[in-house]
Amino acid sequence: MSQINRLSNGGRIDRNKVLSFTFNGQSYKGFEGDTLAAALLANGVDIIGRSFKYSRPRGIFAAGAEEPNAVLQIGATEATQIPNVRATQQALYQGLVATSTNGWPSVNNDMMGILGKVGGKLMPPGFYYKTFMYPQSFWMTYEKYIRKAAGLGRSPTENDPDTYDYMNRHCDVLIVGAGPAGLAAALAAARSGARVILADEQEEFGGSLLDSRESLDGKPATEWVASVIAELKSLPDVVLLPRATVNGYHDHNFLTIHERLTDHLGDRAPIGQVRQRIHRVRAKRVVLATGAHERPLVYGNNDVPGNMLAGAVSTYVRRYGVAPGKKLVLSTNNDHAYRVALDWLDASLQVVAIADARSNPRGALVEEARAKGIRILTGSAVIEARGSKHVTAVRVAAIDVKAHTVTSPGEWLDCDLVASSGGYSPVVHLASHLGGKPIWREDILGFVPGEAPQKRVCVGGVNGVYSLGDTLADGFEGGVRAASEAGFKAVEGVLPKALSRLEEPTLALFQVPHEKATARAPKQFVDLQNDVTAAAIELATREGFESVEHVKRYTALGFGTDQGKLGNVNGLAIAARSLNVTIPQMGTTMFRPNYTPVTFGAVAGRHCGHIFEPVRYTALQAWHVKNGAEFEDVGQWKRPWYFPKNGEDLHTAVKRECKAVRDSVGLLDASTLGKIDIQGPDAREFLNRVYTNAWTKLDVGKARYGLMCKEDGMVFDDGVTACLADNHFVMTTTTGGAARVLQWLEIYQQTEWPDLKVYFTSVTDHWATMTLSGPNSRKLLSEVTDIDLDKDGFPFMTWKEGLVGGVPARVFRISFTGELSYEVNVQADYAMGVLEKIVEAGKKYNLTPYGTETMHVLRAEKGFIIVGQDTDSSMTPDDLNMGWCVGRTKPFSWIGWRGMNREDCVRDQRKQLVGLKPIDPTKWLPEGAQLVFNTKQAIPMSMVGHVTSSYLHNSLGYSFAMGVVKGGLKRIGERVFAPLADGSVIEAEIVSSVFFDPKGDRQNI
Amino acid sequence: MLHIFCPHCGELRSEEEFHASGQAHIPRPLDPNTCTDEEWGDYMFFRDNPRGLHHELWDHVAGCRQYFNATRDTVTYEILETYKIGTKPQFTGKTETTKVVTGLGEKV
Repeated sequence: MSQINRLSNGGRIDRNKVLSFTFNGQSYKGFEGDTLAAALLANGVDIIGRSFKYSRPRGIFAAGAEEPNAVLQIGATEATQIPNVRATQQALYQGLVATSTNGWPSVNNDMMGILGKVGGKLMPPGFYYKTFMYPQSFWMTYEKYIRKAAGLGRSPTENDPDTYDYMNRHCDVLIVGAGPAGLAAALAAARSGARVILADEQEEFGGSLLDSRESLDGKPATEWVASVIAELKSLPDVVLLPRATVNGYHDHNFLTIHERLTDHLGDRAPIGQVRQRIHRVRAKRVVLATGAHERPLVYGNNDVPGNMLAGAVSTYVRRYGVAPGKKLVLSTNNDHAYRVALDWLDASLQVVAIADARSNPRGALVEEARAKGIRILTGSAVIEARGSKHVTAVRVAAIDVKAHTVTSPGEWLDCDLVASSGGYSPVVHLASHLGGKPIWREDILGFVPGEAPQKRVCVGGVNGVYSLGDTLADGFEGGVRAASEAGFKAVEGVLPKALSRLEEPTLALFQVPHEKATARAPKQFVDLQNDVTAAAIELATREGFESVEHVKRYTALGFGTDQGKLGNVNGLAIAARSLNVTIPQMGTTMFRPNYTPVTFGAVAGRHCGHIFEPVRYTALQAWHVKNGAEFEDVGQWKRPWYFPKNGEDLHTAVKRECKAVRDSVGLLDASTLGKIDIQGPDAREFLNRVYTNAWTKLDVGKARYGLMCKEDGMVFDDGVTACLADNHFVMTTTTGGAARVLQWLEIYQQTEWPDLKVYFTSVTDHWATMTLSGPNSRKLLSEVTDIDLDKDGFPFMTWKEGLVGGVPARVFRISFTGELSYEVNVQADYAMGVLEKIVEAGKKYNLTPYGTETMHVLRAEKGFIIVGQDTDSSMTPDDLNMGWCVGRTKPFSWIGWRGMNREDCVRDQRKQLVGLKPIDPTKWLPEGAQLVFNTKQAIPMSMVGHVTSSYLHNSLGYSFAMGVVKGGLKRIGERVFAPLADGSVIEAEIVSSVFFDPKGDRQNI
Repeated sequence: MLHIFCPHCGELRSEEEFHASGQAHIPRPLDPNTCTDEEWGDYMFFRDNPRGLHHELWDHVAGCRQYFNATRDTVTYEILETYKIGTKPQFTGKTETTKVVTGLGEKV
């Protein structure tokens, strides 16, 4: 039988467009315009999943974002899996595949359910913490199975095939919600000429008007909705976003909207279309027209399938043409819910009875129901429901709300649907995202948004304004206000007339009393999604949890995707009664973004795959690729790591590259080093203040190595700076430190020494740097340059300008390998041509390109540090044995000087950088290995330092390392030990950190 | 995301163009060498963490690369003013009351 619960007419569905879908492997049919929930109900699917903790059968309970039970897994293929989709918010499409996220072996016959039934009383709040606490290390094991049993959906294991993106927007007025209030506000704001964005989470605009019995100007309300949309569409500065949930209200009126552009079309987005988009909106004014959620009443077994929110029943009947049952009992404490009974009658279905908690209700809708002959039991409520997999009957009894007692035995009424309404809770989530505390209003029995510094207006239901006429007026006025505050002149408007009728106040009933104490009565659920019962909340308060935030965390009330939509106020009311305080005294929990879950795809947007992060290439990238380089990531840069030849591995290649540099000449792309152009009359003084060493006497044409410290005296960057003219320098920084150093220079110049005339420009990308290093570098370079390379005319630590490969170049004679070296800098645009000329000339010298690995090895052989590898921001220049680089007599107290003279920095036994030579020359000391003096010491051993750099394959022919050792410089010749994780110990001798050419002869030839 | 008025550019721009650089108005001692270790430690490491108005140093790092100060309420995140280095804030929190969101729930 198909669609057994589908009414023969009515609903905003297209009965000519039949859509097939599957749920838990079973095929069903629905219509275009259905939500997945509507289609499931139409097919009589009762059990949609099993509950979180007790594994009780659960059915569809609501019709919107507040749905707690029908949280399903969607996706026809592995790659398109989406967990935790609310069936009430998912449009039906052809071929939709949905499954329950829990229930084993199936939702209809669940093993856990049997356990839950027996174990119900054994699972109080805090059960998991109390039970799985010991031993603590087992929690990880427990958690895996608990999560599986709880059924929280699963993420796909294959890549999402769809595209997602972001869009930044600015507007004068952003209106959240396109129900009656939001539409009226949009009309008012848009007519003023303001730039308006109207966003609504549903498939179509209209909100409550889409299933309303109300008429406007004597016509169905939906006609007015259509006319408003048509007018808004005709205006140029209005953006309409249906299927777009405003999920977060962030600082300074920045809101994020999650738009689902194609989720209603299929499992995958049509070719070329974006599936979802995050709109990042900065709005001058925000109108919150988020409406209100109906709250259920809390009575026994109120979770069995067949229990629903009253308003949801109306939505299914009127909007989708679906009757989720045959025989209805309504339990209410307010007038508005009576429309459900009237809608039910209109659909030619049976209303068994209405239980109204109020003693003598006389509102207009009540009288209308009475006139139609519906049995109304006043002063009564549904006390409990009966039925294991579906409701079969309810017991209605007289109650005394004040005394919280049942005053009559009541009677059992046969029915298959219980609709309950306990009043309305304004949707204050967005209004509270920035910390604004909602205020309790006793007259409407709900929290409304409190005052907040945000530039926003709340209208309609969220403001506690419920009757249609008032809602439209409130919305329109709010739209006018928002537009005029944004600087637009409002235009008069006439609103359609709604019928006004007598409506009596709601009675404050939250938990329905039961003859038995709450703990012994049938389970009364407050939060269906997290399986929190009234008894659990009472227990939490008995155990001493008095703050609402504590009650929430102890019981899990309002956790998960629910975020307090359905159960929050009922839970507060129960806790308040239990603690004998009022609801406002109890307060409410915080609401945080996001309002409903957002997919990771939308969060990532386009920031995935190869555009996850920008990649920086040097001007020579193409040459590196052509020559087979393996690359290494250094910050955002791709740097050649090594250049393997004939299938060499890293170590073989590095050994060959090292040898080539030491024997003849090598070529390194050093373009990624940070380069900062520094100009101004006070440039030299500035360098004196930011570097540890002195710059006063550096002549034009010379270059000098410098160390930079923070105020605490710890080294944070290093590099060579050359003097181009008396007021012009070019500074190099480490590759990773370039941006950091520039910012460092700027902050001191701008905030501490604005009187110094000095200017900084980052020129890292302007210049390409090719380093020629090795004994033959002079011969090679002389073949491609007009610069005189005479060893005395162009000595070490100087630079010259001239032509290299026919283009203007700056050549620095500096060395990071210890060999005779020239760093050739040319404009990046010319670099490739220059490189080709150098390579051509280099053939006869066996010019060998080398990468960062060889660079690291060669510099370590010379004992040159790499900031960030051999330092860790706790090392002073003295710790690095670089006291020679500290200008102790400089007149100005430069950055770092005071810090490195603190008591702790000048004490004995600080860790100092030394060389480490394994006694077994074939053993490699792992970088990061801890060092000890005495291997016989009991654990925990005294650790005296660690290895910072270590190389087995190098030009020395034996393994060597650098490391820091307590008082290491006074321990040269002593032994240290590195006990490793595998139990072995490597013994090493403490030696000078300069392993190769200690006198520095080779760089001076 | 904050909306910050850069006093150098004269425009309201989004927070992602800026970089927060900690508390403002912490001058480097003119003669660090006369500071005791404790005074120097205070200068380097100790900062206020007020509930309410806070003067902060910001850098328009993806814009004009100029530093400036902002007076921000750490409760509401309102920025009451931004002003150039070397000028004084108008809002000091000594006299004016800041708008703090209050509701009945606050009493608990």
